[in-house]
Amino acid sequence: MANVTKNTEAQRLNFWEKLYLPEIARGLGLTFKAMFKPNMTRQYPEERWEPEGSYRGRPVLVQEEDGERCVACGLCSRVCPALAIEVQAGETDKEKERFPKLFEINMLRCIYCGFCEEVCPEEAIVMSKDYELVFTSPEDAIYGKDKLLIPVAKLQDRLEFLRQYK
Amino acid sequence: MIELITTAPEWVIQLIITIIKIVIVLHVMLLGASGMVWLERKASAWMQYRSGPNRVGPFGLLQPFADVIKLVFKEDIVPDNANKTYHFLAPLISISVVISVYAVLPFGDYITLFGRNISLAVAPNMNIGLLYIFAMSSLGVYGITLAGWSSNNKYSLLGGLRSSAQMISYEICMGVSIIGVLMISGTLDLTEIVYKQDGMMWNVFFQPIGFIIFLVASFAETNRAPFDLPEAEPELVGGYHTEYSGMKFGTFFLVEYSHIILASSILTVLFFGGWTLPVKLEVLQSLGIPAYPGAPLTVLLQAGSFFTKMGFFCFFFVWVRWSLPRFRYDQLMNLGWKIFLPLALANILLTGIGVSVFNAYFR
Repeated sequence: MANVTKNTEAQRLNFWEKLYLPEIARGLGLTFKAMFKPNMTRQYPEERWEPEGSYRGRPVLVQEEDGERCVACGLCSRVCPALAIEVQAGETDKEKERFPKLFEINMLRCIYCGFCEEVCPEEAIVMSKDYELVFTSPEDAIYGKDKLLIPVAKLQDRLEFLRQYK
Repeated sequence: MIELITTAPEWVIQLIITIIKIVIVLHVMLLGASGMVWLERKASAWMQYRSGPNRVGPFGLLQPFADVIKLVFKEDIVPDNANKTYHFLAPLISISVVISVYAVLPFGDYITLFGRNISLAVAPNMNIGLLYIFAMSSLGVYGITLAGWSSNNKYSLLGGLRSSAQMISYEICMGVSIIGVLMISGTLDLTEIVYKQDGMMWNVFFQPIGFIIFLVASFAETNRAPFDLPEAEPELVGGYHTEYSGMKFGTFFLVEYSHIILASSILTVLFFGGWTLPVKLEVLQSLGIPAYPGAPLTVLLQAGSFFTKMGFFCFFFVWVRWSLPRFRYDQLMNLGWKIFLPLALANILLTGIGVSVFNAYFR
């Protein structure tokens, strides 16, 4: 027991701290002051948060006036680390020649990494601001083209962000 | 109806009055407990920059009722190999002990109705009132220990053991700290103790050490933070009520909050003058306010005085819980045995000297 240096709680504290009571009063004062400060929480269904352009919500397909931008190259499907995207290509008479016959994202698999958006040569799949994703069954979680296609006007924030930082 | 009341024998009238008083006190207490649940959730939210329950009713005031409805309709699970009888008995013991203590608490002086002076306590002028409170509240440890032991769960058992050790240790400090008050008032009758404190002669001014010891000990007695070792969540899951579900758990929950109200009431009665008003009734009467003894206004003022003080202590319990971290077990025992017990004994000595000096020279 020769080299044991004692550093117990009783030795570190001074007399007033050992009494507990003044320190307790200080702590109580702190919590009492906190009671009158404004809340940091949001009343969710009434007050909703509008994310910035940099927010990665659910991935969506950009829809122009004459249909989707996607050319069904399948790069997003290849790069997706969670194997959430399935694309089947079809032919079209338009200038771009190819279009996705089937485009499905399994939202239970999606991890919102944004690789699909990064790899897309046409800027056809982008991350939207939508973070309210609710399904009642696994089948509901597979989003087809009907849910994925979003008009380009609604995605201006994200496209602007991509133009600046990508 | 009136003739029936006037012609009925005395004991029948007394019985009816007592039953009415019991019903009122019981309802006030249970409503108060649900109010405490609301206060706890709301105050903790405010202290953590949240807003707390605000969906059910105005300001979320109906939240406790929603909770109770949920608990009543939940499945009641009794673990295999649990001692079914004691498992069922434990919450009952806990709640009946708490409820029975309310019998002696005076909420006001007396009210004059139909020419009768009806005291505002279920069992007024009980000459062993304080002793009765201590006897009953120390029985509360049986409920918790039984709950822990009969659940057949090591965490429950540990919680029950901790609580019995803690409650017995602090019972001593509590009992010794109160002796100073008894020496000053010279009686165990709670009604009498309150009368002695009339006119701002509150015991807390003469017994500051006794008050602090009693306050801390009542935190330990109610198993509240910072002494909530019996249900220390990170160590013992839920403590003694780990294996309880449905309304049996709800009963323990109710007991915890009724216990806080009870401790606040006892603190108010013993140290803060109970229902006495800050000014004497004669002063109010000279100002033209009809505050005669027994008049409805007086009773209202007195009950208001009592419930204001009690409400402050209820809030204080919540306030402390959300400010202080939990004590370690050895710190708890050190505090109880090595600091509070000698202090309480010294307090008795000091009070004894003070009382005898006062009696010898100033009386």
